[in-house]
Amino acid sequence: MTTLTHAGILTRRELAHWVRQPMAPIFNLAFSLMLLAMFGLLFGGAIEVPGGDDYIGFLLPGLLAMVMMFGIQGTMLGMAEDAKRGISDRFRSLPMSGAAVAMGRSGADMLSSALELVVLVGGGLLMGWRIDATPLEAIAGVALLLWLRYTLVWLGIFLGLTFRGESAMVAVQVLVWPIGFASNALVAPETMPAWLGAITEWNPISATATAVRQLFGNATGITGGWLADASIWLAIGWPALIIAIFLPLSARAYRRLGD
Amino acid sequence: MSTPLAISATGIHKRYGGTAALDGFDLEVLAGTIHGLLGPNGAGKSTAVGVLTTLRRADAGQASIAGFDVRRQAGEVRRRIGLVGQAHAVDDILGGRQNLVMFGRLAGLAPAAARARADELLERFELIEAAAKPVSQYSGGMRRRLDIAVALLLSPAVLFLDEPTTGLDPRGRAEVWLAVGEVAQRGAAVLLTTQYLDEADRMAGRISVLRRGAVIAEGTPRELKQSIGGDRVAVAPNDPADLAATAAAMQSAIGAEAHVDEETRTVTVPALDGTAAVLAVLRAVDAAGIEIADLELRRPTLDDVFLTLTKEAA
Repeated sequence: MTTLTHAGILTRRELAHWVRQPMAPIFNLAFSLMLLAMFGLLFGGAIEVPGGDDYIGFLLPGLLAMVMMFGIQGTMLGMAEDAKRGISDRFRSLPMSGAAVAMGRSGADMLSSALELVVLVGGGLLMGWRIDATPLEAIAGVALLLWLRYTLVWLGIFLGLTFRGESAMVAVQVLVWPIGFASNALVAPETMPAWLGAITEWNPISATATAVRQLFGNATGITGGWLADASIWLAIGWPALIIAIFLPLSARAYRRLGD
Repeated sequence: MSTPLAISATGIHKRYGGTAALDGFDLEVLAGTIHGLLGPNGAGKSTAVGVLTTLRRADAGQASIAGFDVRRQAGEVRRRIGLVGQAHAVDDILGGRQNLVMFGRLAGLAPAAARARADELLERFELIEAAAKPVSQYSGGMRRRLDIAVALLLSPAVLFLDEPTTGLDPRGRAEVWLAVGEVAQRGAAVLLTTQYLDEADRMAGRISVLRRGAVIAEGTPRELKQSIGGDRVAVAPNDPADLAATAAAMQSAIGAEAHVDEETRTVTVPALDGTAAVLAVLRAVDAAGIEIADLELRRPTLDDVFLTLTKEAA
């Protein structure tokens, strides 16, 4: 109970940051909208979706999955900053549980990502994207996106606690791009060279993007292969694997911060 | 049973990779006293603070805070300590009051109690006017005061200050000294690590000198100074030819052997009773008809102690 109270206090701390420095979250949302406009309007006309559907129907769920993955930078930065500034040590010197720190961080990050989902969906609707599914399916799609994001919070916590240097931050900021692009989030693997298409099918982002497309009733850009059949299970399983690995690693890294 | 020591540590060892940060570290601090932990960079001061505040785990040895073991009763220890680390462990984006209320809530205070305590501490540390401003706009001294105020939220039995004045201007240092002195007056034990000898001399009732992870000397500042010879009276005669006569006069006045330094042309004798010795020397030298160019009472500084001790141990 106290752990939950503490987590709530720490989540509110992040929200207080947004109020004090609103440009950071606004810029973050604007960046997501810019991606949507760039691919939806600028490149969209030149991109062909196998099966012949509208690109915006294919793009939006993919972009949502990619943005969930990009959120990892915010998690990592927040953890690294607190560790560097001694705020983590202060938390650790207080009679409070380390789980509260992680829960507070994930609470704020989940709110931030949920806001991004809302804004991107709004932008997508303006650009002609439509959902063609029952409310239950739509909710399941959103749940899969947030599930991916939640498990990546733990990867972000681990990275932020373990690699605190500026260069590590830059490395992650650069690496999210090839990881995001080497998926079916923006382009159908069937249009890629065979070897690259095969790699992208194994990207966890591809699994979530495909599952969400199916649940939303949007074009999957897939005309054959294993991913279309297994996507929902993979969209549950990949994140489960991520959290199974990085939750214990994060807890260990937090306990060992002083050593 | 007597009241437990505020801080007790015996035989603490802590290694990082191949190097020993703490190598048999011992410490005893009584409630209501300020204890200085003095040592050069890398002597193990911060590691010692880390072990005593439960942030770092010792490889060997035993340590307790107010009778509670830092390893087995970490929760109890955390309820009784306040930590001011080397980094400014406050949220820069939030205001001073927001910081105090947040850390107060995290420390277990109820919302109303946390707000009341925040206001009390803001007033005590003269931060009322800046309470709503983001901490990033605070001066170094103000930030440190806020840092100390956060550490005092739970009225800790032991306050740890890890180089609290490093990087502060003289005014900021004076502000911190004032705040820390007040904390000890209220009955808390304070462990203060510092590289500044004047700071330890001024603040601490007792001092432990740390070198390579072990305490090489412990005592009051006065004891430490006396351990390397205490006060001396030095006289420089006007005419170097009078050195021998001066030494003879001083020796008979004090009743202790005089030391003649040909190079600096001075004669020194121990001055166990301080200024009285100065007067006796002055009379004797004057009676001998020796003209004096310079006379001074030399008190060893902690710098002398520190340099002597760390040289000996090398």
